[in-house]
Formats: sequence, structure tokens, C-alpha cells
Amino acid sequence: MKIGKQTIKLESKPCIYSTSSIVGPKEMQGPLAQYFDLHIKDVYFEEKSFEKAESKMLETCINNLLIKSGITQNDVDIIFSGDLLNQCISSGFAIRNFDVPFLGLYGACSTFCEGLLLSSIVIEANVAKQVIASASSHFCSAERQFRMPLEHGNQKSPLAQSTVTGSGAALITNREVADNGIHITYVTPGKIIDLGVTDMSNMGAAMAPAVFSTISNHLTDTGRTIDYYDYIITGDLGIHGSDMLYELFKKEGIDISKKHKDCGVLIYDEENQDVNSGGSGCGCVASVFSSYIFNELKAKNINKILLIATGALMSPVSSSQGESIPGIAHAIAIENEV
Amino acid sequence: MDIILTYGKVFLTGGLICTIGQVLIDKTKLSPARILTLFVTLGVIFTFLGIYEPIVEFGKCGATVPISGFGYSLFKGTVKAINEKGILGIFTGGVTATAGGIAAAVVFGFLASLFSKPTIK
Repeated sequence: MKIGKQTIKLESKPCIYSTSSIVGPKEMQGPLAQYFDLHIKDVYFEEKSFEKAESKMLETCINNLLIKSGITQNDVDIIFSGDLLNQCISSGFAIRNFDVPFLGLYGACSTFCEGLLLSSIVIEANVAKQVIASASSHFCSAERQFRMPLEHGNQKSPLAQSTVTGSGAALITNREVADNGIHITYVTPGKIIDLGVTDMSNMGAAMAPAVFSTISNHLTDTGRTIDYYDYIITGDLGIHGSDMLYELFKKEGIDISKKHKDCGVLIYDEENQDVNSGGSGCGCVASVFSSYIFNELKAKNINKILLIATGALMSPVSSSQGESIPGIAHAIAIENEV
Repeated sequence: MDIILTYGKVFLTGGLICTIGQVLIDKTKLSPARILTLFVTLGVIFTFLGIYEPIVEFGKCGATVPISGFGYSLFKGTVKAINEKGILGIFTGGVTATAGGIAAAVVFGFLASLFSKPTIK
């Protein structure tokens, strides 16, 4: 049921039953290493190209999700999946090996939340019982897609974020089919906010206003305050984008810095890993949510979170034509039944 | 002693040109592709203005190996070809003078690709 301006209240409280994650070698050197299910030792993952490696990573991740959930692909009604490459090839090629209806998504780095959001809506509508939401990104294929092929060897700007090599997948179920107490209660699909930022190497700045808009509208629509949630978790503003978000809230007289975590900041060790402003990419929020955050929810260390994935909806073509970067952010309220 | 002095001058010149590039990457929003184009164009303009020739005389390879040296060669090749062939030299001179560099980039790029694969740091 729609409440307020842009929020949907999910009366049936769809359940996030289980998750699966896989990451690359650099992410395994980071502080969240112990939480990931699987990792690849080499960025090629025994394939000939980075694109093939990314597809294989996503396929492995979904297979692992099926095993962890104790179901087969025949039990899955729909897979929502997306990635950063042209024509969403990582998802398409990964999911061609499954005998399950597939709906491809593009929301840049917001894709995973877009998938969770759509999954929970189809469960709420009772047109599906078990749905998978997944997303992936790969540092090397993203560099070729958005910047320069790695062979070019060019340097990154200090404000730039580093694309995470990783995939995450979640199984969303109707509570009558399977329930573990972790529920999606509200979703707030984001509006596109574009304040005219054109710097492709500082996407945190382009996305922070979109996050601010979605959080503000979510709180207004639900009548909640920031204090209701244990954590506000964004993916992926990075270090600079997070600072910008704090500034935006400060103007409203709200301090969210103590409640806020960013997946792009969590995944790497800022001091010892050369990642500039932190992690980004669909695989960042997907793998961090599907590992560390879901673990914390399951252990009941945290019980109420607002997960917000952000996307910068530009392409190299739009940027070279001088277009600014439209930002988007989708929010999902995830709550433990206590 | 002379040779060490020469090395010193070459190192200083090349190092300074690259430092300007690094500062542009760190402090401005210019993309690497734009910085590269800027350096080539400035190489042409500075050679035309007679500023680059003294730098080359002082720093030798330190001034000709960085990408601004490509602009220097383009300009000099074009002038030479105009003197020899007239107006047609505008179109042939630049590429003729830099043909060695361009062909070497293609050949060595190809050879490197046979023996190595890109990966993350």
C-alpha cells in the first residue's frame, strides 16, 4: 500500500530468507573478509576475460544461495539481477544457465536495492513466492566500461571510488513459505536528483543529494525519525560522499553521522588499501549486505536498518557530451521481528 | 663528469614535465585523456613560439620523450615538410616525423600483449 508521497508499506512483510556473497582478492584483504561466503583468488576466475569472470562469479553466487537456502532453481519464481556492463551482460550470461524467469535491471550502483525492492513488491502482490535479487560488479570490467581499459594503465583521481569485485544475492520469500524473522517492512523508490555535478570521478557528490531526498521522504512518509533505526546504511557514497550527506542533514539540524554506515567505506581499509574514496559498484552494497550486514541482522546485533543503495545514472557517452550526473537512491526498511 | 651532468639535466627536465602532469591529475578535474591532449597541443604551441627548442637543447630526451615532445616533433616535421614539398607538407609532415614513435607504440604494444595480461594492483 502506498503511503505518503513515495513510500510503499508492505503489509505481508516479505522475508529476506538467506543471502550469498562472493568477492575478489582485494576485498578479501579488507576488514570484512571473514564474513564473505566465497572469494576468487584471481580476477580472471579461470576465464579468458574479466567479463566472463564476472558472469561466472554471479552464477557461482546464485548457486551458493540456492544451496544455502536448501532449495533448487525450480523453487524460484523470478530472478531480478543487474550489473554495470553494457546490455547487462554479466547478469544475462550468468542467468542463461538457470531455468528461471529473468528480469534484468539497470540502476548503476543502486541495482541491488532496486532488485530487493521489486522482489518484495511481487511477493506483496502475491504473484510470486520465492524471488532472487542479485547484482554484481568487477573492478576490471567496470574500468573498461566507464573509464579506460586496464591495459591503458592510467591513474585515478583522489576523489574517485574503486569498483568492488563482487556479487551478492538474496532470496526473498513469502512468509508462509519460509520465515526467519528478517522482514522488509517499507520500501521507498527514489526519484532522480540532479544538481548538475559533472565530475565523473566524484560520484559521491552527485549521489549524496539523492540519498538525502530519499531518506527525508521516507521519514516523512512513515512518520519515523532517524532514531527509529539502529543504522542508516548507504551503498556507496564513499568517504567524500558520506561527508556531503552529513552536511546536508546538518543544515536540517540532524546529525546522522553516528547512525550512518557506508558499504563503500566498510569494505576496504582506507589506511592500508589504495582505494582513494572507498568502494563502489553494484557488487559493493550487494556483497556487503549479503555478508556482514545480514549476519548482524541474523545475530540480532542490529534489528532495524534503513538500507539505501545509490546510483549515478550516467554513461561515458553522456559525460563526454557534457551532461551532468543524475543521482538516484532507493531505500528499504529491514526489521527483525523482536 | 659531463655525462652525469647531462643525465641530471635530462632527469630534471623530464621530471618537471611529469610533475606538472601529476599536479593536474591530483588538483584539477581534468581527465587523463584531456591532460594528454593538452600536453601534445602545448608541445606544438611552445615549439611554434620558440620556447620548446631551448628546453630540448637543455634537457634532451627529458623534453622529447614525454608526450609534449610528440607535439614538438609534429611541429618540426610539419615545418620541414612545408619547406620541402610546399603546402602538402601541412598534411604529411607531422605524421612522417612521428612515424617511428607511432609504429613503435603499435609494435611494442602488440608484443607486450603476447606476453602479459592486465590485472589489478
